[in-house]
Amino acid sequence: MARGLPIVFGYFPIGFAFGILAVNAGIGILETTLMSIFVFAGSAQLIAVGLIGSQAGLAAIAITTFLVNLRHLLMSAALAPYLGHLSRLQQGLFSFQLTDETFAVHSMDFKAEAAPPKARFFATNALAHLAWILSSFTGAWAGSLLTDLKAWGFDYALPAMFIALLVMHIGEWRRAVIALLSMTLSTVLYSAIEGHGYIIITTLVAATIGVTLGKNKEDARRSPANPGE
Amino acid sequence: MVSADPTLLLAIALMALTTYVPRFLPLLVLSRRALHPLAERWLSYVPAAVLAALLGPALFLPEGQVRFSLADNPHFWAAIPCFVVALTTRNMFYTVLVGMGSISLLRLIF
Repeated sequence: MARGLPIVFGYFPIGFAFGILAVNAGIGILETTLMSIFVFAGSAQLIAVGLIGSQAGLAAIAITTFLVNLRHLLMSAALAPYLGHLSRLQQGLFSFQLTDETFAVHSMDFKAEAAPPKARFFATNALAHLAWILSSFTGAWAGSLLTDLKAWGFDYALPAMFIALLVMHIGEWRRAVIALLSMTLSTVLYSAIEGHGYIIITTLVAATIGVTLGKNKEDARRSPANPGE
Repeated sequence: MVSADPTLLLAIALMALTTYVPRFLPLLVLSRRALHPLAERWLSYVPAAVLAALLGPALFLPEGQVRFSLADNPHFWAAIPCFVVALTTRNMFYTVLVGMGSISLLRLIF
């Protein structure tokens, strides 16, 4: 449970911000909460709110969500070697709750111990999901009262969370170099190409360049920093 | 008034599907066989690369154009205390709080 707590605190302002933004975009409290239950993808949900608010069609919403979530393909593949002992049903449940944040915690956890107890990582996932649902519900409920998001800085919850996650993933110079490269490339591509393709292209290019930087055996053994401790 | 908007429900269902497939597919295919070490090394760079790719435009181009002045781009300047707090505490909650606080302060002053 303890490993999920930092996620709970991290999710709260983001889920709350999502709820407020959703209601202000004309989405009801019920639909906002349902989205958090069935989708459970912070950045995709926040982006979808923007699209729904600007009257985008269903196809645009579906395609954008897919593109934004394609990064989880890579995260799921990264965790796959550690989850072979789960049943298909357990794998199905695990993937349903695989987010950037749970991935960050699990990848450090799995590096530290090859096989942490199942109950622990499922508890982390469930706690994170519950925090996400409750915080978006609370945000949606407060949404009618709070309309000036900028004054409270809620619009900055998402980038701040990405900064915290990024820092947890760059414990080694090669990763820091790749992160800088990736940030620069995505900024250039963002203006150059339409839609969210810049995320995928940048990631593929940056990770491939990372591989050419050479082996980092000690990196795999790197003592993981536990967020929040 | 507990009746949901059908179009929104369809949008949520589509989002749920397009979120779930990329999360589950690799686990389904790759969990029972080992990955090539090179592929594993490639994947180890993915999280940092994805997160940085999402952050780049959010920090440098919040309004679609590159700006660095305190008044035009508080997103960039608020990121500095965020990175400092994230590096020293490795705590998401503190980082998000400092981020929201910093940007609010910058908007208040400039």
